[in-house]
Amino acid sequence: MIGDGAATPDSNVDGLSDADLVELYRQLVLLRTYDERSLVYHRQGRIGTYAIFWNHEAMQVGAVAALDDDDWIFPSYRESAIGLLRGMPAHTVLSWWRGHPSGWWNPADYNVASICVPIGTHVPHAAGLAWGKKLRGEPACAIAFFGDGATSEGSFHEGANFAGVLKAPLVLFCNNNQWAISTPLEAQTAAETLADKAVGYGMPGVRVDGGDVLAVHEATREAVARARAGEGPTFIEAVTYRVAPHATADDPSVYIDQERVEAERRRECVGRFEGYLQRRGLLPDELRDSIREGAAQTMRDAIARAEAEPDPDPALLFTPALAAPPRSFDHDLAELRRVLADK
Amino acid sequence: MPTSELTLVEAINDCLHHELGRDRNVLVMGEDVGRAGGVFRATAGLRETFGEDRCVDTPLAEAGILGTAVGLCMAGWRPVCEMQYDAFSYPCLDQLINHVGRYRWRSGGTMEFPITVRMPYGGGVRAPELHDDSPEAYYLHTPGVKVAIPATPADAKGLLAAAIRDPDPVVVFEPKLHYRTMRGAVPDGEHVVALGRARIAREGSDVTVVAYGAMVPVAEQAAAALGAEASVEVLDLRTLKPLDEDALLASVAKTGRAVVVQEAPRTCGYAAEIAAVLAEKAILDLHGPVLRVTGYDVPYPYWKLEDAYMPSVARVVDAVRKLLAF
Repeated sequence: MIGDGAATPDSNVDGLSDADLVELYRQLVLLRTYDERSLVYHRQGRIGTYAIFWNHEAMQVGAVAALDDDDWIFPSYRESAIGLLRGMPAHTVLSWWRGHPSGWWNPADYNVASICVPIGTHVPHAAGLAWGKKLRGEPACAIAFFGDGATSEGSFHEGANFAGVLKAPLVLFCNNNQWAISTPLEAQTAAETLADKAVGYGMPGVRVDGGDVLAVHEATREAVARARAGEGPTFIEAVTYRVAPHATADDPSVYIDQERVEAERRRECVGRFEGYLQRRGLLPDELRDSIREGAAQTMRDAIARAEAEPDPDPALLFTPALAAPPRSFDHDLAELRRVLADK
Repeated sequence: MPTSELTLVEAINDCLHHELGRDRNVLVMGEDVGRAGGVFRATAGLRETFGEDRCVDTPLAEAGILGTAVGLCMAGWRPVCEMQYDAFSYPCLDQLINHVGRYRWRSGGTMEFPITVRMPYGGGVRAPELHDDSPEAYYLHTPGVKVAIPATPADAKGLLAAAIRDPDPVVVFEPKLHYRTMRGAVPDGEHVVALGRARIAREGSDVTVVAYGAMVPVAEQAAAALGAEASVEVLDLRTLKPLDEDALLASVAKTGRAVVVQEAPRTCGYAAEIAAVLAEKAILDLHGPVLRVTGYDVPYPYWKLEDAYMPSVARVVDAVRKLLAF
């Protein structure tokens, strides 16, 4: 662990050029802006219920920066906008949160799986993808993002166990923000650390400061190197703190210590990295401002584009469901159109 | 076409050998399918012929099997997952309902999930608890998933081949009672029975007995037992979803009467779906109510009681008589 931002040594970072560091910052700001604007859009009624990821950006940016584009990302809803780091348009993700089919994407276009809403059930998918790539002799690996609560799920266990047995090139990335809605970590597990669970799957488990984008990057890079070397999966426990509600429908004031939240908010991950870059002289004010403005403009354009989408055709109920659909779909759609026309 | 006399499980094994040989993207995975060749020997020889990467002994975890199969599809594979027994498959329903049936839809129809799930199902084999269930309704109720249940060795091969080649997820239930007790002519080599096509197992004119899987022989025996008393048509559905509605309606239009037989418990079973389709679309053809002969709404019993639970020839005969007397 490199520690908190103030203690980060002002030296070269292994494997990352100065330009790479600024790019990490641009990505952090893009995700931060996405998240902050989404909360506003939700309150304006422009998107639906939204899972906030404020102060989780360093984990997502640091980990994805350690991957190749051929590597697959399996996000949970907490990483809903992670596709932006692979060039996915922001309006696609906003449309997803608007419940609109224009929020669909082909996972193979970005090597980003669909957002997994049920907890931990995508961990076996990531293990299967990684195993399948390995069987094909392709070098790609996979990373699955999930939270501390997911480690209680059977699917997490089954996916991790399969990956261990099959030596699948997989990174299990646990965002331990210490809360599963209102359930704190100590009510989730009796294990001393979540990384300890890795032992049971025969894989290394490492802990890293989830608020330190460079530490996350380094831990993920090492895990990816192991995966590509045929040494199998790694479990990364990135420790952070959830300083926002679980989602827009949640009111944490009834269960969380607000003083702790305020203290954690003051150490938030984007500001830490910004301070580091400024001390290194890599982020002049004009550059910082232009990066922020670029992200803000991206979001203005994205929400306008998402809101300009026409209402989806009812045929979209049926057409994506099956490659070889039954005749009943044609009949159902015709009946639906007739009733809609009569209305 | 040249044929061989095979048991039902031999026909499945023959199919798997043929399909793995035909398409190098097909792999078989499950508990004990590799070294042991499956607890029923359905996958025997595959590991020797195609290697341990294409006939994989997985850890003992049904959601893990189906969940990793989803990821395998994303990597271009066409996994054939064996669930060791009907009731042992329930943990995989998490993946089936949350992902297998939905993933194509949530990708906007852009990504295919050509997963085949196959499992032995049904009772009558004097087995311990939870080796006897008929769980098809749980699978049938899941959108995005097709379901087939063969009744003969030839169909066991042909429907499984169709499932493996289908671009969508297909669940194939295999009547384990007949794995070795039923033998029949099976086409050699390539043999595909298209999904969604029912089969008239026996022609008749007074009443249609609709059945699938292990209940088809029961229906046939009932028809034979009734002899000249009633001319019974036995319709073997073969694919439950999508249903061959044309074949069902044509048969009932001819006979005017329908008895639906299912081994599974009654409430919300597939027989209810058949009855509903007939009520919606065949009401003017019907001379009497659609009757169901089903398992009861109780847990599948210990085996000293299973003969009382299972729909029997006598119960089907009784239902046909009631309907003719209506």
